[in-house]
Amino acid sequence: MYSEKVMDHFQNPRNVGEIENASGVGTVGNAKCGDIMRMFLDIDDETGIIRECKFKTFGCGAAIATSSMATELVKGKTIQEALQVTNKAVMEALDGLPPVKIHCSLLAEEAIHAALWDYAEKHHIKIEGLQKPKNDISDDEEEEEY
Amino acid sequence: MEKMIYLDNAATTKTAPEVVEAMLPYFSEAYGNPSSIYSFAGKSKAALDAARQQIADTLGAKREEIYFTAGGSESDNWALKAAFEAYKQKGNHIITTKIEHHAILHTCEYLEKMRGARITYLDVDENGLVNPADVEAAITPETILISIMAANNEIGTIEPVREIGEIASRHQVLFHTDAVQAYCQIPMNVDDMKIDMLSSSAHKINGPKGIGFLYIRKGVKIRSFIHGGAQERKRRAGTENVPGIVGYGVAAQRAFTSMKERTEKEIQVRDHLISRIRNEIPNCRLNGDPVKRLPNNVNVSFDFIEGESVLLMLDGLGVCASSGSACTSGSLDPSHVLLAIGVPHEKANGTLRMTISDETSMEDVDFVADHLKKIVERLRDMSPLYQDFLKKNKNV
Repeated sequence: MYSEKVMDHFQNPRNVGEIENASGVGTVGNAKCGDIMRMFLDIDDETGIIRECKFKTFGCGAAIATSSMATELVKGKTIQEALQVTNKAVMEALDGLPPVKIHCSLLAEEAIHAALWDYAEKHHIKIEGLQKPKNDISDDEEEEEY
Repeated sequence: MEKMIYLDNAATTKTAPEVVEAMLPYFSEAYGNPSSIYSFAGKSKAALDAARQQIADTLGAKREEIYFTAGGSESDNWALKAAFEAYKQKGNHIITTKIEHHAILHTCEYLEKMRGARITYLDVDENGLVNPADVEAAITPETILISIMAANNEIGTIEPVREIGEIASRHQVLFHTDAVQAYCQIPMNVDDMKIDMLSSSAHKINGPKGIGFLYIRKGVKIRSFIHGGAQERKRRAGTENVPGIVGYGVAAQRAFTSMKERTEKEIQVRDHLISRIRNEIPNCRLNGDPVKRLPNNVNVSFDFIEGESVLLMLDGLGVCASSGSACTSGSLDPSHVLLAIGVPHEKANGTLRMTISDETSMEDVDFVADHLKKIVERLRDMSPLYQDFLKKNKNV
């Protein structure tokens, strides 16, 4: 059901771990599906470049793979560039996700935003275009038909 | 290619070679329609009767009380919908449990929403056991049917069918049991247990897929489910799946005859796997009753990790298992069974079900236990919940 890229990032996830004294940490979770992602950012205050990005994730194969890919995509980017890493970009980089797993990529995008939000709050700055992240993303359930 | 270790026998089983062999002549040789009059069709008719007898013998039932269906889900649907139709003059109340298979639960929801039924969904205890006293207390003058599974498909808990049958009989309420997982895994007798209807499916006991039966006690008024022919005593029309029925007869006889020896062996292997997991992997729990448990069922929840990830890693090692996690079910909710026995959401998502067969060896489960330890450790290293847990413990 998963692409080779997803399986690769699930089996060999990049950037697993935590950053001590991180510039920004964001935890987002979907209690219903049981995915929780925590992103750690190390940001150069001068240049605004993300030097390091690590994650810890509780979740399914897609949740781990999207976390891994999202960290790869934001590493080395500026804050503004990192904001452009959307769930679509994460999905494309993974050669797609099954429809029921799309929310995992939304969660990865949200986790980056949450970590950036934390950075902005700590530094009392405002990041252009960044909105306060939701900590829960829930899908609408479908009504059963008879 | 590495060896496959198949631990999903509650999902389906391998069709036994002798079952396939018994079925083969009924495809291209004795292919006659059992309803036809010429003698060529007689062989099909005789095979049908023989299979029906083989199955009846495993339950202490009469041959004419076995009605073939396309499987467990159809049998469950038929039992509930048709009994409701037949007895709705008497009342509209059905008693069932929160841990039934969806073939029962969704049918109950349908009857509730579309047909005016009133359904009581009984709670179960932390091991998944129904309390017979709760069943009795739920009975009202309007109660027409009690439907409670013989054993649960996820956690393997064996329900007190005999006690429930006794209660149903005393109150003159019909008793249906979904025995899809229990049939030929535990001894069952429809008279001793006072069962009026029983659902079963062949592919759970090394028979073919697409064939099941509903046992209906003689005298039970139940409407036909499929109209259009005289097959199955006019109650389930359609040309019989002769090869499937023949295969089911052989599979049932085979599973029934080998039950004691087979399940004794399975229980040893099962308990070895359970004890290795419990002794060697911290922060896990066994779901379901430790003793009143299907011989083939192991169901464990691991804290801080998610089931689908475990399954994918096991799959990489050639191990087939299943999970109670939301992520593998296509829905966003974890298993209703785990929630009903009080497993919290996040722990339910970290659940692994392994269902062995008589072909599963001690070496197989040792291999699984060895690797499971590493998999759980690896996923916990990645988990923010485990990180929080360790920090909290350090501070205490």
